[in-house]
Amino acid sequence: MELARVTGTVVASTIYEGLEGVRLLIVQPLDRKLQPRGRPVVAADGVAMAAPDDLVTIVASREASLALPAPPGPVDHAIVGIVDAVEEWSR
Amino acid sequence: MKIGRVAGTVVTTICSPVFEGRALLFVDLLDLDGKETGADVIAVDAVGAGAGETVLVLDEGNGARQVLEAPNAPVRAVVVGVIDELELQK
Repeated sequence: MELARVTGTVVASTIYEGLEGVRLLIVQPLDRKLQPRGRPVVAADGVAMAAPDDLVTIVASREASLALPAPPGPVDHAIVGIVDAVEEWSR
Repeated sequence: MKIGRVAGTVVTTICSPVFEGRALLFVDLLDLDGKETGADVIAVDAVGAGAGETVLVLDEGNGARQVLEAPNAPVRAVVVGVIDELELQK
């Protein structure tokens, strides 16, 4: 999993079966310092509660589809948690 | 599996059920000299690893789901060991 920030939403009214009703959000992956890393991706909202600007955890690859209400579905990134806190331990 | 160092924790109250009651660790991945590679991963703690410890990270879904006994959970990375020592052939 990695951290990401929700930066937008995607609306697709024509969509593959299994993805109807699933919220699709644009997320920017972040590093531990909460700095952007890599390119934004479209992720399915596996918790159905993520909102713009939320800090979230995302899971990639096949595991993403398991976050959907009716897996497997054709997704490669999914939000699996809304982050309350990131605690960094000093060395 | 990969070698990493526990760098922090992530708290998610609203999350997929598999993560409820489990610690999420922020792990910096290391090379064999113990240097950070720049890559990191958030992994579920399955062994009780602590701050700054060098750990073994499994980053593969089927194995992760077996470890957590959660057959259909959206989980891929799990901390499965605390490394005491690495010995390399010269």
